[in-house]
Amino acid sequence: MSVRHVAGLAALATSLFASTAYAQTEIAWWHAMGGELGAKLEAVAEGFNQTQDDYRIVPVYRGTYGETLTAAIAAFRASEQPAIVQVYEVGTGTMMAAQGAVYPVYQLMADNDQPFEPSEYLASVVGYYSDTSGNILSLPFNSSTPIMYYNKEIFEAAGLDPETPPATWAGMEAAMNQIVESGAAPCGMTTAWISWIHTENFSALHNLSYGTLENGFGGLGAEFAMNNEHLARHWDNLAHWEDEGVFRYGGPEGGPDAQPAFLSGECGLFMNSSAGRAAVVANADFEVGFAPLPYYDDVVETPMNSIIGGATLWVMQGRPAEEYEGVAAFFSYLSQPEVQADWHQDTGYLPITNAAYDLGQEQGYYEANPGSDTSIMQMTRVEPNENSKGLRFGSYTQVRALIDEEFEAVLASDKTGQEALDSLVERGNQLLREFEAANS
Amino acid sequence: MQTKRTIFSNRALPIALIAPQLVITLIFFIWPALQAIRSSFEREDPFGLRTSFVWFQNYTRLFADPTYLSAFGRTLLFATAVTVLAMAFALVLAAAVSRVMRSANAYTTLLVWPYAVAPVVAGILWWFMFNPSIGILPYVLGQFGITWNHRTSGTDAMVLVVIAATWKQISYNFLFFLAGLQSIPNALSEAAAIDGAGPFKRFFTIVLPLLSPTTFFLLIINVNYAMFDTFGIIDGTTSGGPNQATNILVYKVYADGFLGLNIGSSAAQSVILMLIVIALVFVQFRFVERRVQY
Repeated sequence: MSVRHVAGLAALATSLFASTAYAQTEIAWWHAMGGELGAKLEAVAEGFNQTQDDYRIVPVYRGTYGETLTAAIAAFRASEQPAIVQVYEVGTGTMMAAQGAVYPVYQLMADNDQPFEPSEYLASVVGYYSDTSGNILSLPFNSSTPIMYYNKEIFEAAGLDPETPPATWAGMEAAMNQIVESGAAPCGMTTAWISWIHTENFSALHNLSYGTLENGFGGLGAEFAMNNEHLARHWDNLAHWEDEGVFRYGGPEGGPDAQPAFLSGECGLFMNSSAGRAAVVANADFEVGFAPLPYYDDVVETPMNSIIGGATLWVMQGRPAEEYEGVAAFFSYLSQPEVQADWHQDTGYLPITNAAYDLGQEQGYYEANPGSDTSIMQMTRVEPNENSKGLRFGSYTQVRALIDEEFEAVLASDKTGQEALDSLVERGNQLLREFEAANS
Repeated sequence: MQTKRTIFSNRALPIALIAPQLVITLIFFIWPALQAIRSSFEREDPFGLRTSFVWFQNYTRLFADPTYLSAFGRTLLFATAVTVLAMAFALVLAAAVSRVMRSANAYTTLLVWPYAVAPVVAGILWWFMFNPSIGILPYVLGQFGITWNHRTSGTDAMVLVVIAATWKQISYNFLFFLAGLQSIPNALSEAAAIDGAGPFKRFFTIVLPLLSPTTFFLLIINVNYAMFDTFGIIDGTTSGGPNQATNILVYKVYADGFLGLNIGSSAAQSVILMLIVIALVFVQFRFVERRVQY
């Protein structure tokens, strides 16, 4: 080993000691945001790290939402859990039932003397993440709601008015047929998330019950009840349109084939999370229009509000007290209107606080970016009722998989919409009973 | 029967020599297996906060679940298809390469390449080629009037995973078949040829029976491969869908345990898989190894 190497090692050792001597509490934040969203999330953490010297938030990408939740649970069982973990909305039931593993956010903020006022948050967002007494259990971070995107150039080529997207499913059917028949595009519509958009949000928009006990908010004894004729008709319609070639199924869960089909100009209309807006705008070489989700006007006269998806930040028990001080300070930082507005405008996620939405309006952001408030309007257009404030069921990740399976059975003409939904209710209720037994 | 025996002068040395292997087996195999057996009799929430002993409930639920029973049948179909196809293609390729005089080594190298590909990558590769919206093969099939969509058609999805799993295993089988073919003395074939047997007759009456040790060995290995090592391929292509059409037993363990967080049921399923492996190994050592002449 040469003298220079030894000198280099010595310098390295000194710098290592120097950095450990400087006590900064590191706080692990496990998240599931890759790509553009991941870069933005890291910028948010870095923003907090810049504002103070006591704590350092260290974001760690753990894969998909499902993988992140599984990893956090496995880590908890091995006592290696991170302080903060990002959990998607369908994992909410699982996390809420895990008393003793999670540190409720309202309690964390009170224990660390950080101001926290639930009424500052959008009602339809916090409602999803509060317990029955109205206490917020996890911090809403990235909430979105599904909207419809459409290709204005295909609309024009098909002879449709690019400024008036269809508002009802009758209008959708006509538009899809016109797009295909006119040869403007080989497919009328595609969609992400059959479960979230065409089952859960469909029920909320049409004021239909999804499950008993206020869609599961009332307790673990809830049962599914989404097997109504209207949802059955919608599933039958989608399968029928797939057969005719005007609708294209994009695959299970988030529909991996759906977005490429829209961006390549193969499909004229596309339904996806509002958080897909950044990616759609960045990758589309055509003008994109934004619209609320369509509804059946013979089921409801005016649709209800849509429900949210996305994720919240859960704090896990069993970390040293100084980490929790840092987490509470970080959560206060995250709730600041500037931070929130910035995150919302860059990603397409909803502004979580009323102040962030007001700030965006003051900045003139929504006027400058038409369509960017479609999601907020759709979420807040009516006061949420028991059918539209969201859902809360245990084992819901598995139920989501069942929804995809049953829908695929309808697509393959193995079942009618009604048969598939009846079977979904039966299989889903079995999972709910198992979850109830394991958690009581 | 003559057996080789090495006599050690003391007891410590042989124990020390096998200890590392024993320790690794105990820590990484026996211990987790015992834990799986224990979990399969328990009902537990995902975080491990509440655990109750439920006897055989996880097992009785499984066998009352029609989706589990159909996964059994599906696994059988999948394993049979992959084993038969992978071995048949490999045998044909090995027979062809063993007849080539020149550049046999080059062919061998090329044919072994897919074995180096990770299962997930193999899956993604075929998924990409067969992708309904951007893949080349659905486009070509479309020209012949065949609609390909493994997102909606369970049959298409099954064909896709069988192709991907087979493609990856051909290399392995090919190497063993080639080695097996090369160890058969040429004199036997030549003698048969002099007696007037044609190439096909020679292959089926001389070569194939002499290959039987290799064939039986590969049979067990391939069934094992198709049932347990194809997880990455399924995960990378269809994730068990559409409507469970490609959800084989080993994938269901993962889906129920890791995605669904139902640890008890997942553990019960892995115990059942463990029993299947034990049965396969038993068959191999008890019958195949004894009956087949080496």
